[in-house]
Parts: sequence; structure tokens; C-alpha cells
Amino acid sequence: MDDDDEIIREFLVESYENLNQLDQDLVELEDRPRDVQLLSQIFRTVHTIKGTAGFLAFETLERVTHVGENLLVALRDGELEMNGYIASALLRLVDTTREILSNIESSSTEGDESYDELVETLTLLRQGEVPKASVEEQQHAEELPESCDTPESEVSPSVDDELKIVAADPAPTVDQLVAEVENKTNLAAADSIPNARPAAAERKSKSESGGESSSNASVADTTVRIEVDLLDKLMNLVGELVLARNQVLQYAAGVEDSAMTAASQRLNHITAELQEGVMKTRMQPIRNVWGRMPRVVRDLAHECNKQVRVVTDGGDTELDKTILEAIKDPLTHIVRNAVDHGIESAEVRAAAGKNPEGELSLRAWHEGGQVNIEISDDGGGLNIPRIRQKAVEKGLVSAAAAESMSDRDAMQLILLPGFSTAAAVTNVSGRGVGMDVVKTNVEQIGGTLELSSEAGQGTSLRIRIPLTLAIVPAMIVSANGQRYCIPQVGLQELVRLEQRQGERWIEHVHSAPVYRLRERLLPLVYLDEILGEHPPRTKDERLAADSINIVVLEAEGHPFGLVVESIDDTQEIVVKGLSGRLQSIDLYAGATIMGDGSVVLILDACGLARSTNVLKDSARVAKYDEQIASVDHTSLVESLLVESGDGRRIAVPLESVERLEEFGLNDIEWLDDRAVVKYRGTVMPVIPVGKFSKDRVDRRPVIVTRKNGQQVGYVVKSIIDVVRHDAFDDRDSLQIIDGAVTRILDFSSPRSA
Amino acid sequence: MTENRKSNAGSKVAGNSFCRFRIAGFDFGLETEIVQEVLKTQRITYVPKAPDSVRGLINLRGQIVPAVDVRQILGFEPCDPEVAMNVVVFTPTGSVSLLVDEIEDVLVVDAETFEVAPGTLQGTARELTRGAYKLHDRLLMLLDVGKTLDVAC
Repeated sequence: MDDDDEIIREFLVESYENLNQLDQDLVELEDRPRDVQLLSQIFRTVHTIKGTAGFLAFETLERVTHVGENLLVALRDGELEMNGYIASALLRLVDTTREILSNIESSSTEGDESYDELVETLTLLRQGEVPKASVEEQQHAEELPESCDTPESEVSPSVDDELKIVAADPAPTVDQLVAEVENKTNLAAADSIPNARPAAAERKSKSESGGESSSNASVADTTVRIEVDLLDKLMNLVGELVLARNQVLQYAAGVEDSAMTAASQRLNHITAELQEGVMKTRMQPIRNVWGRMPRVVRDLAHECNKQVRVVTDGGDTELDKTILEAIKDPLTHIVRNAVDHGIESAEVRAAAGKNPEGELSLRAWHEGGQVNIEISDDGGGLNIPRIRQKAVEKGLVSAAAAESMSDRDAMQLILLPGFSTAAAVTNVSGRGVGMDVVKTNVEQIGGTLELSSEAGQGTSLRIRIPLTLAIVPAMIVSANGQRYCIPQVGLQELVRLEQRQGERWIEHVHSAPVYRLRERLLPLVYLDEILGEHPPRTKDERLAADSINIVVLEAEGHPFGLVVESIDDTQEIVVKGLSGRLQSIDLYAGATIMGDGSVVLILDACGLARSTNVLKDSARVAKYDEQIASVDHTSLVESLLVESGDGRRIAVPLESVERLEEFGLNDIEWLDDRAVVKYRGTVMPVIPVGKFSKDRVDRRPVIVTRKNGQQVGYVVKSIIDVVRHDAFDDRDSLQIIDGAVTRILDFSSPRSA
Repeated sequence: MTENRKSNAGSKVAGNSFCRFRIAGFDFGLETEIVQEVLKTQRITYVPKAPDSVRGLINLRGQIVPAVDVRQILGFEPCDPEVAMNVVVFTPTGSVSLLVDEIEDVLVVDAETFEVAPGTLQGTARELTRGAYKLHDRLLMLLDVGKTLDVAC
């Protein structure tokens, strides 16, 4: 019995694959109805399924596919022309086949339906007729003998009457008919109904030898089919190996043994390669998921009475299988949304001067260690005023907030739970449970979602997901004496601040701590406070610290700074999920086992951000930023720190510096007794700062400034750094910057060096 | 040892081989079928923001397993993670380690000696007990793992 199960399982797997291909092919066929190769391919696929179904005695399936096959033969041989009815019927055949297969899978039987209506439709179409909506008993009776018939044989007239009687009963199965016929006629007639069975014997030998009958002449011989379970197992083992390797490396690092070091290096190398290889086995092209989209779009477009074309790019882009599984539904939902709500009807489009056929484009590509998937339509774009209105109506935001937020932020409102702008909630996509679930699904696999839209032009949605879930590089940090991991993919940079005079420190916007990172205010959150390991700090406590370590993370497009106790190193870790009760804690993305065997939790940037109000703060802070940008509310100034010819430190206010250049001695020419260089089409005087010694350095840095509209270059020995310090009232004075005596020079003041 | 046994954590006991451990002076038992293993004190990683009775996570040969303070759940004083021992059990959502005071032994009991929980056991502890076996000098309480873990979160 095991062998049989094995065979049936293989049949199911193969057939599902074939059906997916059929979906695509049939939709394509509508566009290229006379493509003989396509027709042949489709025919062969149905033929194979029918054959194996017969061999395995799945009679309903065999019957259904047999009729479909007849229709396809007629199409292939040019007897019939492809039309919408035929396409729809064939697609229904595919769905029906799927249904039967699913029954077989779950209950080992084909199910109770005999799909007479479909059989009849296909038969009618075969005869070149348009199927009627209702089935007449008589017609049913008349047609049924035909379906049992094959071109090669004829049923003797005497049988006809008998068959009519039999056919008057609702839905006789082929078996019943055969039984009846066998009883009432000679064997010759019985043999002709249906001839799939002897033919099945032929097929049997073909499918047994694993013949190439249905699969296109593609990679059949160079590929192997493997159970996903086995791949998962391999992946787990590689994960364990990575952990063990980490342990070995850690140990080897502390041991002075060259043989050990060499062996552990080798282990390291092999493990890395093995890891890469196994990860590749789980990679599948996104085309596998996109494959179903043309069909989905076609069906939906018909339902909505629109014309939509699907264009794909980057179908080869590979993703880990588990990620593919996770985004399959979200992608489908987004596509449905685009067709249902995004793309306008042909009339509206034509009136707007657009091509009546809308275009839905699916693009995928690798970028920066992540997979980008972009779904865009050239529809009407998001109706932002309506979105604002709906959001307020649904009580998701206050009227004031809805008014004041930017268009970009307003767009994100559709991602909130309970949102739907569909005037009539169709059963297609306007259920109001859609986009937020999509967003959650994407975030659960560590991805991000971005919306953009232009009124009248279309909407675009971009999803970014990490290449793999399982083994990732991470930064180890600590809070309150305990270690935590932060996946590197969400990590932007690390900042260590020491409170020193003249150096920028933590500031507060209202009472929220922020740090000005390169002219952008970064809201700060303290890891130990989020974890509940430290009571919330007061303003003074924060300002009083000597130093802080900030890990700059990004959540939902907004950067924020996570303040930690210390930052250790980076390591490759194996992400293990947390079980049951702990899984629901937003803060953690999982846990891992370190080289020393200890368990360390993995933090989730989005979860961290959500647990505080930092994202709201981020928006608020950004606004504050804009407001105060023009006001110099800090007294900090940036200066260029340079070394003069005689080795003294000079600080030049950055605002007076136009450019930094370098010139060689050969570039200098003499006008009267002034040194000049040819610079950007003009002649610029150069003046040395301090006395230069005679060392023959070829090139020297030159600070280009502007004095009274004229450019002047100041030659210095070297450029040290850019520093920030308090503004000084006296120009040209000596100050202490960075612990050293420095002369402040302002070249823009009317004074020569 | 476990020929005709049904592992049935939540209902009347069919089998009769139990893993015995002690909590707050009481002897508790669990069917050996649902016990994955027992361990001495393990290093526990504290999980901030986890439910109160989840003490943290332990590393079980590469498997990350949550450790739950059964003492606390039963209404006794919380355990000391530095000395508590681990009884790792199978659950539908993965393995979970129950932190107990001491692990004793595995014993076989006579099904006839089954009775309902004694009056000495009150409150939560009583609710989480499925019944008890009368041993010659004491009672072996049967812990209802499913209910216990439900309470844990």
C-alpha cells in the first residue's frame, strides 16, 4: 500500500505543478489564441493528467480531463477557434482538477461531485456551440452519449436508446453507463466507452519510466525533486553547525595552538560555504509566486469590467522559500487591490487620455542585502482627501491630525487596521482587513512596506525583505548587564558620545531626549527603560551622564537612537523563534545561542519603536527640526581645524570656507611678487598660512575662501578635522579646542594672514 | 516499559509510570510519556517583559526552551532560579521546562490507588491538580500541565 501512496503523492505533486503552468498558459493563450506550440503544450499537460488519472482509477478526474482533452485537440488541430467561453471553461477545468486533487489529497477519494455541468459545457464547446446557462434534461440525455464517444469508434444504434434511458437519471457516472452498456450490448460497443482505459495502460508505462511526456523540454534531467522537510532539516543542521563553529572559534581564539587555529579556520571556511550552499537550495525565483498573478488579474478584471495587463520584471529574483510562502498572500492582496481600486475602468481611462488597458507591473530585484518587490499600477492613484476623510470617520485619527499631516503620511493611513475606502465593499478586496494584515505579514518576516502615489498617475507599493531569515549578522549590545542581539539589517550606525565641553550632547525637544546627528534630530530611547530594567530617567539624569552609546535603528522608515549600556561586537547568529507565550512579545524577534552556550534574546527594531512613542516622537521631532532650522538655537559652530606652515593649530569657521583644494608647487605662478594659481578659469591668489619650512612637499592643501567677491586660496600644511565648538565673540583669538590651544582665524574678515 | 500507555496529560490517567518531583514539600508526578527529560539547575536567561511566571530561557542542547516557575503558579513562594531543577515536558507548542525544587525518581503506581486531590491542597494548587495517587506514606499529586501552562501566561 505504501508504494501506491507514494505513486499517488508523486502524481499529486506533479499535477499541482502542471496545473500552475496550465493557469499561466491558458491566460497566455487568450492573447495568442493560435499559438500552436502553446496549444500543444496545454494539450500534453491535460493529456498526461488524464492518463495518470486513468491509471490510478480516478475516474471522475479522468472523465473531466478527457472531455477537456477533446476540446484541446480540436483547438490544436484548428477545428475550433479560441474564444472567451472556451478559455473560461478550460480554466474551470483547471480549477475542477485542483479540487479533485485536493479531495484525493485529504481523503484519498475524488469526492462526491461528478461535475456534469462542466463536462457538458466542454462537450458543447467541442461541438462548436455556445453553452447554455441551464441544463435541459433532454439535452443532457442527448449529449451524454457523445461524451462517452470517441472519434475512433461508434456506438451502435441499439445502444443509443438504452443510453437515453440511462441518461435521463441525474448524473450517471461513466461507470454506470459502462455497466449499462455492457449489460445491454455486445462487448465491442463496451470497449469503445471510454477508450481511455486501454490507453491508460499505454500511459502507465510512460509515466512509470518517468517519461518526458508533459514537462516541456526544460531542465527535467538536471534537477532533482526534494522534500521541503528535508531541506528544512538540512537548514537546521547548518544552523547548529554555525553555532558550533562559533563555539570552536571562540575557544580556539583563547588557545595558543597553531594546529587548533588552522583546523578551526578550515572549519570556519567550510561552514561558511556550506551555509551559503544550503541557503541556495531553499532559494526559489519569485516567478513561482508571480506565476499565478496573470490568472488572478484576468479573473478579477473580468469581474470588475476592466482591462488590465500584467507586466513582470525580475522574475528570476530568488527568495528563501519560507519568505516566498509568507508573501504569497500579501502580494495577491495588493494585486487585487490594484485591479479593484487602483485601475480605472476603460471608459474613465480613455476619457482621461490614458490607454484603456491598465498596466500592473511587478518588479523584483536585489539591493543592499535585501529583496525589493515593487507593485505599481498606472491607475488613478490614492484618493488622499478621501483617505483623510475615511480615517477620521473610522475614528483612526483626529480631524486635526488628519488635516495637518503631510500627503505622504496620509497615505500610510490605509495601513491602519479597520480601514477601507471602497464605497461598496466588494467581496474582492474591500473588506477593510486587508492592508494592515499585509503590513503585519511583511513585518513579521522582517520586511518593510512603502507606499507612494500620484493622483491620476498611479500607485506604487514597495516591499523590502531580508534575503534570509535564518542566519544573520548581528550586533551584540548590553543593557543592565545582560546581552542582546540586534540584527544588522536594521542597523544604520553606531554613535558613541562623551560629554565634553564644546561637544554636542543630548538635547530635549519638549521632554523627549534627542541627539542631533548630522543636522537631523534623532529621538532617543533607552533600552533598559523599554525592558523595564531601569526606571524612566529624568531630564537631568540623562544630561548628567558621562557618555552614552547609541545604536541608530530604523523602524517604518523613521530612524531613532537606541541607548545601550555597551556595544560589543558583531557575530553571525542563528535566529531561533521563541515559542508560544513569548512569541507575542513585540520586542523580540527571537533568540539565539552564543558561542559560550548562553541564550541571548534578539531585539526587533519595530517592536522597540512601537513600545515607546518614539515613532510619533520622530514625526514630531522632524517637524520641530524644520521649525527651528533657521533659528540658530545652538551656539555650536563648525570649524575646519588645520595645521599652519609652522605646525600651529588653526581653526577656520567652516562657513567661510568655500572649497578645499590641493595644489602642487608647479601650479604656482608669479604675478609681480604675488603667488597665484590658475583655478576654474580664473586666476586666484594663494597665501601661505604661517612660515613653511623648506621640506619639498609636492602638493599642499589649500583652503579656498571668498573675500569681497574674490576667491583667495590659503595654503596650509595639513587639514586635521572638522570640529564643533561654541561660537566665540572675538575672532582671531586663541581658544582651547579639543584640548589644544588653537588660533581662530576668520579669513573672511578684512585682514591678511 | 511503556507498552500499552496513552499519553493523556489532561484526563484520567491510564498509564502508571510517573516522574516524581517535589514542590513546596508536596510530591508531584507527571506521566513519563510527557516528560522529555529532567535536568539539574541550568543557566537561565531572563526575558524582560515576559509573563511573570516565565523565569526565562534555557539552552537545551541547542533547543531554546522557556522555563516556568511552577511554585509561583501553584501559589507558593517563587523559586530560586539558581537552585531550581528542570522537568522538561512536551507541549503542543514546543518543549517547556518546569522549575521545581527537587527531582526525585520515577515510580510505578497502582491505578487502584487513584483519588481526588486532598483537602490539604487549596486554591490554585488544587485547581491545577488532576488527582492523586496514594503512596504508602504520602500522596503523589498529578499536575495538570496544560492548565498550569495556561495560567503561566
